[in-house]
Amino acid sequence: MSILINKQTRVICQGITGSVGTFHTKGCLEYGTQVVAGCTPGKGGQSVEGVPVFNTVAEAVGETGCDASMIFVPPAFTADAILEAVDAGIGVIVAITEGVPTLDMVRVFEKVKASDSVLIGPNCPGLITPEECKIGILPGYIHKKGSIGVISRSGTLTYEAVWQLSNVGLGQSTCVGLGGDPIVGTSFIDLLERFEADGETEGVVMIGEIGGTAEEEAAAYVQKHFSKPVAAFIAGRTAPPGKRMGHAGAIISGGKGTAAEKVAALEAAGIVVAESPADMGAAMQRALGGVMA
Amino acid sequence: MKIHEFQAKQILRDAGVAVPESIVVQSPAAAGEAFTKLGGPLAVVKAQIHAGGRGKGTIKTHPEQHGVQLVKSAAEAEEVAGRLLGGELVTIQTGPAGKMVNNVLVEAGCDIARELYLGIVVDRAAAGPVLMCSTEGGMEIEKVAAETPELIFKEPFDVDAGLQPFQARKLAAQLKLDPSSLRSAVAIMQGLCRVFVAKDCSLLEINPLVVTGDGSLMALDAKMSFDDNAAFRQADLAELRDLSEEEPTEVRAGNAGLSYVQLDGNIGCLVNGAGLAMSTMDLIKLHGGEPANFLDVGGGANVEQVTEAFRILLAGDSVQGVLVNIFGGIMRCTTIANAILEAYNSVGFNVPLVVRLEGTEVEEGRQILEQSGVDIITASDLTDAAKKITAAVAA
Repeated sequence: MSILINKQTRVICQGITGSVGTFHTKGCLEYGTQVVAGCTPGKGGQSVEGVPVFNTVAEAVGETGCDASMIFVPPAFTADAILEAVDAGIGVIVAITEGVPTLDMVRVFEKVKASDSVLIGPNCPGLITPEECKIGILPGYIHKKGSIGVISRSGTLTYEAVWQLSNVGLGQSTCVGLGGDPIVGTSFIDLLERFEADGETEGVVMIGEIGGTAEEEAAAYVQKHFSKPVAAFIAGRTAPPGKRMGHAGAIISGGKGTAAEKVAALEAAGIVVAESPADMGAAMQRALGGVMA
Repeated sequence: MKIHEFQAKQILRDAGVAVPESIVVQSPAAAGEAFTKLGGPLAVVKAQIHAGGRGKGTIKTHPEQHGVQLVKSAAEAEEVAGRLLGGELVTIQTGPAGKMVNNVLVEAGCDIARELYLGIVVDRAAAGPVLMCSTEGGMEIEKVAAETPELIFKEPFDVDAGLQPFQARKLAAQLKLDPSSLRSAVAIMQGLCRVFVAKDCSLLEINPLVVTGDGSLMALDAKMSFDDNAAFRQADLAELRDLSEEEPTEVRAGNAGLSYVQLDGNIGCLVNGAGLAMSTMDLIKLHGGEPANFLDVGGGANVEQVTEAFRILLAGDSVQGVLVNIFGGIMRCTTIANAILEAYNSVGFNVPLVVRLEGTEVEEGRQILEQSGVDIITASDLTDAAKKITAAVAA
């Protein structure tokens, strides 16, 4: 078991003919992901890395039965690409693209919520169920199959966390990068619900950062509804207010969204919070140990 | 991107939103002429900088001169503008260095009956824009939110349909506006929501929004910032950018495709990925050091970018050591190692350099650094890196 994606998942890459799309399609194929289709309007009939390219996602669904998408189209066209995937009935849509206008995401968010599709991202590294399926740009080899779920707002910091988990012998069930933008398709809570229901997942690592209140909401959810051990880390304890720290979503505004508030909320919910980013793997061990004892 | 009050007011004026008549000037003489042209018995002279708190802020060289002042004659307007222009205005938001005043807005005075607050932001939790109003105009809204949250009223609105008239009437009732103000209130609230969407704003704040003696509403101040991700479809706004308001190093980094924020410490950081870059700053602090900056070189950094990043870090004399922290995912450690060496040789290093590499092709990357003969302190993991750089800087 795992969440969202597994061995059976059949993936389409929207924007497959662009250099980035091609590069990561290759990476996913090498990992063992079933990339069965690509889509670039006007380039139907071509093939990339042996994968057939279609003009529309709907055509690709009809021909290949693809049920998940990874999107590498430029930011100006990302909203359209997501909506096309929703329209075609794609179940899991993963938007890797960075730099999508916030108001585009406002429009997209409502449509996705009203559909049966799940959107991960945008501005995210993607997700992976180790040894089964990788969708996105995550480095596959750092992951180990196991029972820890990982949810993160960050990219390379997630790799760091996964690396530490793998090094202390904790493999992962599924790892998901939510994305660094103010509005993303999926929240911590959406995934905590899935990890709670997943028999294989025994604990979860949450990696948050300054800005917004997603971590506080997740903490409240964990306290009420989540039965498995949770460890967390919050990036940006030293970030000054009013400065955007790389991610559009990582900004302390109006005195809200500080790391201190988030850490306090997480700890109050019984979550083990790593003080140092070097301590994320060990924090998960402590959280698991606490339950066993 | 932020813009000046006078620019924001022009955008509002063009969109049919009520703002007082005003003239922006760059010389004291022009301020006097502007007063005469506005023709009123009084006017307000306002320093234009990208920071709030101007009314209470003061000019460094004239501590008695505030950033906003009511004047009653052309001569007085000229005098005040003379003290503001070319001076450094220090407010609670500028830091002790203050900001240089290059423009002054001379604005017709108006008959103020009430001061309200209006702000529009994208609410992340609701995943859409929300219009906020408060009876406490002129106050800092964060303070109102903390102390008297019941005085803030909110209406989320649809991006495409806009704020509905009933929503504006609802807010007007909550603000206890007189029925005679209703028409004006609906017009200004709808107009501001339209501008927010049309210009891809990330913040639109009118503080205060005033009710004048005749019951109509008017934007007495205007603060606007924009979603940088939407810049591609807002070409007109690019002309409004004032580079003199931005940290020069951050502008330079931006031009090189690097995400950079200047901080006060002495340990320069060069990291790939925003989350890891923030964590690296945190880690340095945790080990008793002070980060000099946030710097994300991104996932696809090349030799030129890494070299420019080193140049930027070493340009200021505050940096006494540099920590490079790379977790190679798609990025290969060998690429980074070669870039570090090239940058090291071309920039000329005179401070300790600690490098922590992990991820794709890490062994080969470490080998490249070791065999280079360059004086690099290598670190095995995050904690090791933080200890080594703080020790090197303290020494």
